[in-house]
Amino acid sequence: MSRRISPVIPGFGLTLGYTLVYLSLIVLIPLAAMFVHAAQLTWDQFWAIITAPRVLAALQLSFGTAFVAAIINGVIGTVLAWVLVRYTFPGRKVIDAMIDLPFALPTAVAGIALTALYAPNGWIGQFAADLGFKIAYTPMGITLALTFVTLPFVVRTVQPVLADIPREIEEAAACLGAKPLQVFRYILVPALLPAWLTGFALAFARGVGEYGSVIFIAGNMPFKTEILPLLIMVKLDQYDYTGATAIGVMMLVVSFILLLVINLIQRRIEKP
Amino acid sequence: MSLRRYALAALASAIFAGSAVAKDYELLNVSYDPTRELYQDYNTEFTNFWKANHPGDNVKIQQSHGGSGKQARGVIDGLRADVVTLALAGDIDEIAKLGKTLPENWQTRLPDASTPYTSTIVFLVRKGNPKGIKDWGDLTKDGVSVITPNPKTSGGARWNFLAAYAYGLKANGGDEEKAKEYVKTLFKHVPVLDTGARGSTITFVNNGQGDVLLAWENEAFLALKEDGGTDKFDIVVPSLSILAEPPVAVVDKNAEKKGNTEIAKAYLEHLYSPAGQEIAAKNFYRPRDKAVAAKYATQFPKLELVTIDKDFGGWKTAQPKFFNDGGVFDQIYQAQ
Repeated sequence: MSRRISPVIPGFGLTLGYTLVYLSLIVLIPLAAMFVHAAQLTWDQFWAIITAPRVLAALQLSFGTAFVAAIINGVIGTVLAWVLVRYTFPGRKVIDAMIDLPFALPTAVAGIALTALYAPNGWIGQFAADLGFKIAYTPMGITLALTFVTLPFVVRTVQPVLADIPREIEEAAACLGAKPLQVFRYILVPALLPAWLTGFALAFARGVGEYGSVIFIAGNMPFKTEILPLLIMVKLDQYDYTGATAIGVMMLVVSFILLLVINLIQRRIEKP
Repeated sequence: MSLRRYALAALASAIFAGSAVAKDYELLNVSYDPTRELYQDYNTEFTNFWKANHPGDNVKIQQSHGGSGKQARGVIDGLRADVVTLALAGDIDEIAKLGKTLPENWQTRLPDASTPYTSTIVFLVRKGNPKGIKDWGDLTKDGVSVITPNPKTSGGARWNFLAAYAYGLKANGGDEEKAKEYVKTLFKHVPVLDTGARGSTITFVNNGQGDVLLAWENEAFLALKEDGGTDKFDIVVPSLSILAEPPVAVVDKNAEKKGNTEIAKAYLEHLYSPAGQEIAAKNFYRPRDKAVAAKYATQFPKLELVTIDKDFGGWKTAQPKFFNDGGVFDQIYQAQ
């Protein structure tokens, strides 16, 4: 007399079990281990570590540069996606393939290459030096490295959505008398925004945690160009595992809150 | 038939070896960054040496390189190193303390505090020494910029820092406050703090930053040896520096598990032999052996050297005082 409704697609139990085990092994257990390790600290100790002036300066820098880099990629990535979807031109396939290169390249290689280019006597950096400012070894250099590393996210999330919007809709809007800006504002933006936000959030989260490319271009000066992941490495090099996890936990919580907020905004947009 | 031939061959090799059966050894040497070339040479030498005494044995030696602290953490976290050859004794102390894979008195088991070769900290400057840098005092002059890695993340940089501090002490008649003042001023001249020695070398050599690179003597020689290095850089030897002692140790528990105890010990002991010392000297490390040292005397200039044990009370004292959170180095960078 069991009234269990079996789902249309069989194997629900198996796939759910698989998902849970997989998620636990790869994501949940490592993250939980971090919290457990950090729990060795009393609340006061934990608070003292994460509110040390140097940690706060690094926090501001890491989240600030990651945010700016995500914004830059939000604009440039959308333009790139637009060009790749809406126009055909020779070499389009090559450029399309190149977008993913920042993912394939070891980040340290990217960092060293960017530093060589943008250092005050590098190919590009020398012009900046002539104008009286530095790119490498400043927060600008960090933002540059993060922009490079997170470039694919917005392009790859916006591209398929853009390809799915039938041109007829825009044409219909135009026929009804909408100006190009109005078409953009009332047709394209609402359709693209959820995907764009996803790309933005991914780029931002990736930027906050990025280490390999940044340490070469940052200069790593305390209070000026020292990123949070570097402070974690500094703690580890003193064999201070607990201190390192404390900063890790703090980064995780802040990132989680920010991603949650972005998610909520997304929901708002999708279900007005 | 082929079995009989095999048995005969095995018997023959056993007789020649003078011991039981031929063995296959796989040895892992976990080391720090600039020893790559040294151990490539030495592994060939040691393999030949071992095979001369144990014909029929197969010896495969793997080497792993990276920042000293990171390598030590790898071994603590379970990397199965038979021997560690790191940048400073403090890192091996931590393996003994946290990993418990070797006894805490490991430094007493081999001669010279378990350090078969030494190095020191010298200055690498641009060709012709345009800023006229001769000694530590010149580094804090206006317009001089100095490249050194972050002592928090680089073993080499800790030697740099202590060498500078030792100069600060000597120049001020042993006044600790004034020595701190000196290193504080010195680090105001540092525009970039890389995380490791190799990073700093890239910043100075490839990216052209700074007037002076504080470097291991062997790294400075290597930079000169590179293509066109002698046209671009000069080495300046300061009046005083520190005796950098990169130690070696067998990681007992790992070697035991892999059946490598005997060969791992021999691997390190052979570093002290004339052949091993010669290879160290050829790779720009200062040999301990008097005869080999005399042979290479022209390569290594004489200078006054302080030591970590005599002048700083060993790493166990120096590490917390200078480099742990809130130590002398952190006091340099206070919130503005």
